[in-house]
Amino acid sequence: MTECIECGAELTLHDDLETGEIVDCTTCGTELEVIDVNPPVLDRAPELEEDWGE
Amino acid sequence: MHVGVLYSRIRRDEKLLLSELRERGHEVTKIDVRDQQFGLTDAPAAFEGVDVAVDRCLSTSRSLYVTRFCEAYGVPVVNSAATADVCADKAKTSLALSEAGVPTPATTVAFTVESALAAIEEFGYPCVLKPVVGSWGRLMAKIDSESAAEAILEHKATLGHYEHKVFYVQEFVEKPGRDIRVLSLDGEPVAAEARSADHWLTNAAKGAEATEFELDDEATELVRAASDAVGGGLLGVDLMETSDGYTVHEVNHTVEYKALDDAVSVDVPAAVVDWLEATVAEGEGVEVTA
Repeated sequence: MTECIECGAELTLHDDLETGEIVDCTTCGTELEVIDVNPPVLDRAPELEEDWGE
Repeated sequence: MHVGVLYSRIRRDEKLLLSELRERGHEVTKIDVRDQQFGLTDAPAAFEGVDVAVDRCLSTSRSLYVTRFCEAYGVPVVNSAATADVCADKAKTSLALSEAGVPTPATTVAFTVESALAAIEEFGYPCVLKPVVGSWGRLMAKIDSESAAEAILEHKATLGHYEHKVFYVQEFVEKPGRDIRVLSLDGEPVAAEARSADHWLTNAAKGAEATEFELDDEATELVRAASDAVGGGLLGVDLMETSDGYTVHEVNHTVEYKALDDAVSVDVPAAVVDWLEATVAEGEGVEVTA
């Protein structure tokens, strides 16, 4: 079971989780970055930077 | 082939690309550029055996440097550092398009609040003030009056990064509630979408609605010319429709295509990987296999 590190809610994760992907906690809305997939490890995602984009 | 995907965040765009590469049996190394250290001569170990690096950096500054380092190491990179350099900066993009004879909105760059205000007055109201580096429609200002211009310029000069003191002033183009995004591969259009919104900004990131768009000959030719102007590669070329035809206002070098892939009948990630395979084969002079 993976918990949100912000609010402790249980997270339901996709099967095709990728390191570097962002998942949202559906309980508190925190953006979480996938640090590892096996087993899943999550951390708070970096804040938006001004030079991000396409 | 062995593909190094340079990233700091895996968006749905990257997941689509990774899936397509893996389904075809290609070796994929995800390289989080935040974990790397780039010396002057030797590539980091993560690049070992990579046939082509695909720059999918979310951060423009990282994209600019990492592509340059790849080239220094002799690692083929998509897109090239030169293309990234032109596309990352709106002033450089405007210059490249203009020099190539590609229709692009009238633009003036000024370095002080006073000269920027004079440029704005010259364009008249409304006109547009954009950051030279930025994306997703952020920090774009449609200026409707002199008092608004004075306030925005003062804020940019006082609060902004030094790049915000490069004032990029552009004519406001009356468009029919939409602009056109074309994904092109070395100038060949793969798919196009119209991005519609009630707001003057029609970026997908701002919530514009995407629908498939069929390019006519004029638009197709402009996409080719715009791609050539910035050095080619995997690009998102943005056009607006005007009463005189099209104008190209932006070319994106780390193009997002998830909205496009949803909107069109073309399999966009498959087309991108087809092109990557051909690009690597051309570089090696051999047929690319998994």
